[in-house]
Amino acid sequence: MRGLNTALGAAGLAAFLALGEVVPRVGIVKEAYFPPTSRIASAFWDELQDGAFWSALDDTLTGWALGLAIAVGAGIVVGVLLSVVPYLREATASTIEFLRPIPSVALIPLAVLLYGTELRSVLLLVVYASFWQILIQVLYGVQDVDPVAEETARSYGLGTWARVRHVLWPSALPYVMTGVRLAAAVALILTITAELVIGAPGLGATIMVAQTSQAVPEMYALIVVTGLLGLLINVGARTVERRALAWHQSVRGEVAV
Amino acid sequence: MHAQLDVSGLHKVYEGSGRHVEAVRDLTFTVDAGELVCLVGPSGCGKTTLLKCMGGLLTPTAGEVLLGGRKVSGPPPGMAFVFQEYGRSLFPWMRVGENVELPLKQKDLSKARRRELVADALESVGLTEAAGAYPWQLSGGMQQRVAIARALAYEPEVLLMDEPFAAVDAQTRADLEDLVRGLWRERGITILFVTHDIDEAVYLGERVVVLSASPTVVQEQLKVDLPVERDQLHTRVSPRFAELRTHVYEQIQAAKRGTLPVQDRLTPSDTPPLR
Repeated sequence: MRGLNTALGAAGLAAFLALGEVVPRVGIVKEAYFPPTSRIASAFWDELQDGAFWSALDDTLTGWALGLAIAVGAGIVVGVLLSVVPYLREATASTIEFLRPIPSVALIPLAVLLYGTELRSVLLLVVYASFWQILIQVLYGVQDVDPVAEETARSYGLGTWARVRHVLWPSALPYVMTGVRLAAAVALILTITAELVIGAPGLGATIMVAQTSQAVPEMYALIVVTGLLGLLINVGARTVERRALAWHQSVRGEVAV
Repeated sequence: MHAQLDVSGLHKVYEGSGRHVEAVRDLTFTVDAGELVCLVGPSGCGKTTLLKCMGGLLTPTAGEVLLGGRKVSGPPPGMAFVFQEYGRSLFPWMRVGENVELPLKQKDLSKARRRELVADALESVGLTEAAGAYPWQLSGGMQQRVAIARALAYEPEVLLMDEPFAAVDAQTRADLEDLVRGLWRERGITILFVTHDIDEAVYLGERVVVLSASPTVVQEQLKVDLPVERDQLHTRVSPRFAELRTHVYEQIQAAKRGTLPVQDRLTPSDTPPLR
């Protein structure tokens, strides 16, 4: 069954690539705006030989990783604090609900005003967008702590810190992992967006340059790179999730007893 | 012998969202050091509430619980709790050995001493082999043994058990009952065992405290004058066992109907007459 699915997936992808080759060649779409697959592939190959491409990729990954790390750290600390300190969650709930829906891209003018095209501009947008993903999941996760587990910990005299560390944190971890996976994807979107719009160095800015200089196949090749990056990030996040949650029901599956 | 556990005038009312539920009206009883007492009562009579008040997990509305003469105002260090829901009470992210060891980390013990206690407790419940397994890899009965081992390793003076065997199958249950009696005799711990199962209460206990229906008071206390050596095969078919269980059964039925006059709460433990 699994082999069949893999084969079907590969066949679907091959058909899609073939379609991308044929459609511009027979003139259904203009080749100038939509180059055939083979030309995109060759542009992609050329990019790989280019040092500028690698430094752009490096910039993008730096912005992404740094932004995500800050968002994850801050989201976890704030989330746990809001849940553990009495009344804090109630007091902040309305503010969070107000700030959370603000699209990060709406902050682009602010970022430019504050930091111009520096990395810090990218980080501002990335952190703002990813932080909420983590925070909300942490808040849900902490609420999901089993009351019996909590009572067990209390009955054995575990203090606040020990309960956070041994009960609350592992209980919330499945949620945190979901948050990290979502935030990782959002962070990539915002990194590319910031580079595209603000012109901070990175893949987004390179795409913009390719577009303005009419290097259409290169532009597509770079878009493909961002897609591959997204794919890799998702696969990576899932792997981390499965490892960290090997004990969890969703990962361990049915155990023969 | 002095009273190790002293429950006096315990009263608990749950307030919340416009509801006012009197779970426990007025409970007074004592448990002596080294005693094994079973609390039995109709379902929903506030047994769990009572136990949580005794364990310092709930604050009583009125009355107090004394452990070794000192008032319980939070989970006391000399007390361990075994919950009915072993699957939720054990932490699935920790191996069996780590689960047993976790409470010990709160005590001021050397690493070697902790290991010794964990190994000893697991051996007592026959699970030395399972130390490296995760709880969810074990059967229900084994999981509850792990929970018992965790309580033993904590070296409590008093062990509170809240319907610990209600969720395991009958055969496992019989084994676990014998395990508890064995551990009690071996280690001399004071055990307060809550159950809704009359047979279990009579089989296990040296004394049975029968609770009334909610709002709860002590309906009756009786001494179980069965021999200390008990086994599933012979004890359960002995005429005395049958008499005792019939007596408790009648008391529970009466408690449910609320017909029998509730005995004075200071009535000392008594042995029901032979028939």
